[in-house]
Amino acid sequence: MNILVCVKRVPQTGGRIVLTADGQEIDRKYLGFTVSPHEECAVEEAVRIVEAAGGQTAVLSLGPAEADEQLRDALALGIERAILLETDGGEWDPVSTAAAIAAAIRDQEAAHGPFDLILFGNESADGGGYQVGIRVAVALGRPVVNGIKALTFRDGIVIARREAPDGGWETYELPLPAVVGVKEGLNLPRYPSVPGRIRAKKKEIERVLAAVPDAGSVTLGPRKQLLRLPVEQAAVVEILGRGPEAAPAVVDMLVQIGVLS
Amino acid sequence: MSGPVIVLVEAPGDEPDRLSLEALALARGLADALGGGTAVEAVLVGPGAAASSASAALAGHGVAVAHVPSDAWLHAYAPAAWAAALGAVIDARGAAAAIGPGSDRGSEVLAHVAARAGLPMAANVVAAEPGVSWHLTRQRWAGALLEDATLDAPVRLMTAAPHAFSAEPPGVGGAPAVVALGITLADRDLLVRVVSQESPVEGAVTLTDAKVVVGGGRGVGSAAGFAIIDELAALLGGAVGVSRAVTSAGWRPHAEQIGQTGTRVAPDLYIACGISGAIQHIVGCKAAKRILAINKDPDSPIMGVADYAVIGDLGSVVPAISAEIRRRRS
Repeated sequence: MNILVCVKRVPQTGGRIVLTADGQEIDRKYLGFTVSPHEECAVEEAVRIVEAAGGQTAVLSLGPAEADEQLRDALALGIERAILLETDGGEWDPVSTAAAIAAAIRDQEAAHGPFDLILFGNESADGGGYQVGIRVAVALGRPVVNGIKALTFRDGIVIARREAPDGGWETYELPLPAVVGVKEGLNLPRYPSVPGRIRAKKKEIERVLAAVPDAGSVTLGPRKQLLRLPVEQAAVVEILGRGPEAAPAVVDMLVQIGVLS
Repeated sequence: MSGPVIVLVEAPGDEPDRLSLEALALARGLADALGGGTAVEAVLVGPGAAASSASAALAGHGVAVAHVPSDAWLHAYAPAAWAAALGAVIDARGAAAAIGPGSDRGSEVLAHVAARAGLPMAANVVAAEPGVSWHLTRQRWAGALLEDATLDAPVRLMTAAPHAFSAEPPGVGGAPAVVALGITLADRDLLVRVVSQESPVEGAVTLTDAKVVVGGGRGVGSAAGFAIIDELAALLGGAVGVSRAVTSAGWRPHAEQIGQTGTRVAPDLYIACGISGAIQHIVGCKAAKRILAINKDPDSPIMGVADYAVIGDLGSVVPAISAEIRRRRS
């Protein structure tokens, strides 16, 4: 099995988000960077599949030069090869991102052979566009399914399961080669080992200039104008008490708001 | 005069689902802003789409026409097939915009429509205004951040952010006119579809439907510690939700995770036990009508969004609440 995982470098948020003065991006002065939890699981799954059944793995990211940090994280976990589609650092819309990734995949496949499986996160943590993996699949003419939390294989078919709207599970079967968007919960990702980190540091990352789509031939967007924090109504907290003695006041409240009769 | 605003409406059973009804609210606002009697039309999909009750349930939601696929293949979920159906109506009706519900399926289908047509798509929109360029506001980081953006395309494709709009009918218009939608699906449209389903555990309350959700975080301490959380949820007829720390530790299954990469809930009451309140968790529970925080730390971020709080160790507070409920019932 030849597997490609696509990841995106995003700021690591904790308790609150701070924006830059021009409202164009998150102030990243005090933040580290990571990939979405969905993508951490995609990387882990690729490594597990190849550990079990053999094959090759590669990781690809479209982003600034610094995104090599996220690629090395994936290499440290056992991914063999990394490709950085380098941008000038500005934010790319989903149409442009997908077009550049699809073009890069074609080049990679011409040089290294076809990918049986291409994994994406269900959506990026920061942009939340819910579409890049699907656009890449449609451009490549391959079947795609999103939201997947379990993967198995049988005779050239990937069996993919996801949570159904009713709280149950539903199963899809896609002939390979296929594209799958995965969600956190697919697995519990491992931590990188020290030898893994050392190996990752020494590896060469293939750097390719990301192909900017011709704005005359495609319709781009949505176009970001400004980021802002939602205005939250300052909640006034009513302290019902301290410790177990608060229980009667809590139950009074439950009755008052109608969740308990 | 503008073409209609088309909404993908999913009917899992006899009636449309809640997120589809929310998407209709965004569509009505856009149709009003477009003026000139711009209509809202629905494309009904899902197992209940052909039932007359599903289209009848759209009465009062301001839907002029319900397009109901005659092809039985469209009853089971197949993302590309549903996209083909929506795309066919968009083309036939010269739609100004098409809106999907902010669900897994809604996002997936609209992304397919966009990819096939080579058009942009804006996910999780909370406000939109037509114009030379359409101006819209959409959620990022699952709603922790808002983006003002423009969308320029012959058909504006978007999904409505979950719980950003009311699902209640404003009482506009009667039942929609039902029009049969006959389309020819290509084999490739049906290549990816649900081939089998497992029903949820009988009688289990799902996180998205629960009126009460009892959430447990790192403060619960262990998998065994969840016994008191399970007990309180059962007494209240609610569901158990957990923070990311809990699933990462392997204490509970990921299906129970609330937050950006888990489920976003909107119960009448969310009881957050031993949850500090990281952004990625808050975005999953802030649609709750009320939040009760039980936490040792009065300065934890969860207090910033809570309506009620008990300061104390959940290990003693939660069993005391369960005991008090039992005492009053006996």
